Amino acid sequence: MAINRDYAGRVFPASEPYEVSRVKIAEFADAIGDANPVYRDSAAARAAGHADVIAPPTFAIVISMAASGTAMADPDLGLNYAMVVHGEQRFSYLRPLTAGDVVTAQPTITEIRDAGRNVMLTTSTEIRTVTGELVCTAVSTLVERGA
Amino acid sequence: MMAAQLSHADVETGHQLPVVSYPVTRLSLVKYCGASGDFNVIHWNERIARAVGLPDVIAHGMFTMAQAGRFVTDWAGPGATVIEFGVRFSSMVVVPDDDFGATIEVSGQVEEKLDENRVAIGLTARSREAKVLTRARAVVRLP
Repeated sequence: MAINRDYAGRVFPASEPYEVSRVKIAEFADAIGDANPVYRDSAAARAAGHADVIAPPTFAIVISMAASGTAMADPDLGLNYAMVVHGEQRFSYLRPLTAGDVVTAQPTITEIRDAGRNVMLTTSTEIRTVTGELVCTAVSTLVERGA
Repeated sequence: MMAAQLSHADVETGHQLPVVSYPVTRLSLVKYCGASGDFNVIHWNERIARAVGLPDVIAHGMFTMAQAGRFVTDWAGPGATVIEFGVRFSSMVVVPDDDFGATIEVSGQVEEKLDENRVAIGLTARSREAKVLTRARAVVRLP
């Protein structure tokens, strides 16, 4: 089982629209142990200058992974998920993801390369509102550990 | 309670942010699996984690990154927004099945004051003496 190098450069279709909800943001904030009111309370978020409840900076991974997960699970890609660890992650935001946003995520496999016995696979996912506004680009490098 | 809001004028290059230790237990990982949708077995199944050569169940890299994010946003205040946030996962956070789990210790310093009220923070995270995040950097915009 080897990773199919033909997938480098492949652009995947944009995901179905995802609605960023206050409930999901609060669940995520609870899971990371972050009690910040701007992730839960509209009034507190507005008082701090935000349009509504905002999402923590790593929340975009929920949306980008759901979109790229379909690609990563493609049997023709040949990724062995139990051997995968996360190598690098980067987010670039034009503004915070905010409750009420409806977004789609479009992943591109930007690079597949060897690093010793491991293989590094980098995906760049653009998260845009359904009206086309780019909110976040999430770049993930996964490492498939060599057997 | 709302944390105090930091202003750009108050920030000095080289300022060391107070170190914070964040706990991580098996329960944290189960909750993070559910909230994030990342159910990779190495984050909850010790038998399979060991079978694939890991020392034990390991935390999601994204859980560790989230703690570093929390460290930055707690310091920067509720009106700050994160513009850039990047890390390299340099070592695993091993989470044993006991009452204590593991600890992620995050430190950081102001690397640079930028225009448009932006500030760059360099970050480090350690667990059991090992650096678990390297090349970790966040750029926040203060209100």
